[in-house]
Amino acid sequence: MTDPTNHIIKEIKPSGIRKFFDLVNQMDDAISLGVGEPDFVTPWKIIDEGIYSLEKGRTYYTSNAGLAELKSEIVKFLDRRYGLHYDEKNEVFVTVGGSEAIDLAMRVLLEPGDEVLVPQPSFVSYVPCAAMAYGIPVPIALRAEDEFKLTPEALEAAITPKTKMLVLPFPNNPTGAIMTRNELAHLVDIIVENDIYVLSDEIYSELTYKERHCSIASFPGMKERTVVINGFSKSHAMTGWRLGYAAGPAPIIKQMLKLHQFAIMCAPTNSQYAAVVAMRECDEEVEAMREAYDQRRRFLLYRFREMGLPCFEPFGAFYMFPDIRKFGMTSEEFANRLLQEEKVAVVPGTAFGDCGEGFLRISYAYSLENLKEALDRIEHFIKRLEADA
Amino acid sequence: MELREKILTYIEKHAKVDAADLAAMLGVDEVTLANEIGAMEKERIICGYHTMIDWSRTKEEKVTALIEVRVTPQRGLGFDNVAERIYRYPEVLAVYLISGSYDLMVILEGKSLKEVAQFVNDKLASLDTVLSTATHFILKKYKDHGTVLGKEVKYERIKVTP
Repeated sequence: MTDPTNHIIKEIKPSGIRKFFDLVNQMDDAISLGVGEPDFVTPWKIIDEGIYSLEKGRTYYTSNAGLAELKSEIVKFLDRRYGLHYDEKNEVFVTVGGSEAIDLAMRVLLEPGDEVLVPQPSFVSYVPCAAMAYGIPVPIALRAEDEFKLTPEALEAAITPKTKMLVLPFPNNPTGAIMTRNELAHLVDIIVENDIYVLSDEIYSELTYKERHCSIASFPGMKERTVVINGFSKSHAMTGWRLGYAAGPAPIIKQMLKLHQFAIMCAPTNSQYAAVVAMRECDEEVEAMREAYDQRRRFLLYRFREMGLPCFEPFGAFYMFPDIRKFGMTSEEFANRLLQEEKVAVVPGTAFGDCGEGFLRISYAYSLENLKEALDRIEHFIKRLEADA
Repeated sequence: MELREKILTYIEKHAKVDAADLAAMLGVDEVTLANEIGAMEKERIICGYHTMIDWSRTKEEKVTALIEVRVTPQRGLGFDNVAERIYRYPEVLAVYLISGSYDLMVILEGKSLKEVAQFVNDKLASLDTVLSTATHFILKKYKDHGTVLGKEVKYERIKVTP
């Protein structure tokens, strides 16, 4: 039988994580530090509201853009937390997770052949989504020396006349890097001068540990060229509820909403009702989770230093990105051997772009007990490597 | 939250945490942490370190009762004197002064229903200042000290996700 599937789709590489996932799954007793979602259960208030909305029989569709009540809360939240001002009627809508919003923004903004700058290492969806929208993904390799931040020099060097869009994935998965207000300020002029649109994926915005997250859309001249993507998955431990949102200029949101309407209809209704409570009543719970992540982050950094594993101090998300170049192995070899010999699963940095070579993503969305045991095993592993060398 | 409150929040749930680990987590050195904890013990902010036990899962029989007590306040002493007369008994786990239709809430632990009944009869009701008592036996503990009792339910996350 001839393969009837689309050649662009076929050419997209499967996620590098998938391969590793299959390997880990065959091992029952492996400790995993490979998860990209919170270890907390959604705060009970939110779950309770979700159950209540089902009990009330709210099992119908909502409007395509989402519940008016929720959009209004989202707009207030963006203002209260990041000083962003959006119109709840025309500039924001509710999506099925941040992932859907990434896909829609690319489809709506890209013409065939448009270049999309994707700083890497970064989340696995940007490159395939750009390709599916007939764009040309152009990776920008971020460097450990820059603590995996996007520098104005790296940005300028990547821009061509075809550049249409820049993805800004901060706080970053997998490195944990953040961009401060001052660092973002250095990018703004370049972006505006070159008439580039920004897809700012801020899904980890509530998880920063040094200073409050700054959105690039809060700079003068940036709101009109930025789509802010955010959601409830990381901040409120709601990954399985599949709920995110996009905020941006009305003409872009209008077209994104049209695609959403035809492909998705609306985000899950009971998740939306639950999210209203998440926005209104859960600041304390979010703060408690942030504090717990911060404590584990400090613990990991301390243990890495103790065992001599180099790692820059990340101030966002719930990942560490240690440097394993001194062991003379590829990330994949290191991760494979660590899994086989010590039964600890971490994700090779290369799963997030070629420039992740020489690094590992370690998630700290785990209990302290779990982290302690895993780190003891990692220490054991690298001590053995050092002894063999 | 200040350092003290951060320490307390953590050890309230994890009394067995290793001091070196906690110091690393809070970003302070071990000496600072030990000093803070020592000071809080002296100031009676930290009043002790106990173990949460679900006795119902052991061979030991224990009965817990909540007893509402109405008392006559004494001139110059209020409720403090009678409260002390009650809390001195080792089988009394807790005594609270309560607003509402009665005055003291006494939590009592005994080996049997009979033992608890005897305590109420002999020791509590016989106090001059006690006007009346109402005893409620606990049939099942679902949650205690913020901890859900019974089997832990684990939800497995997928082991590796992007």
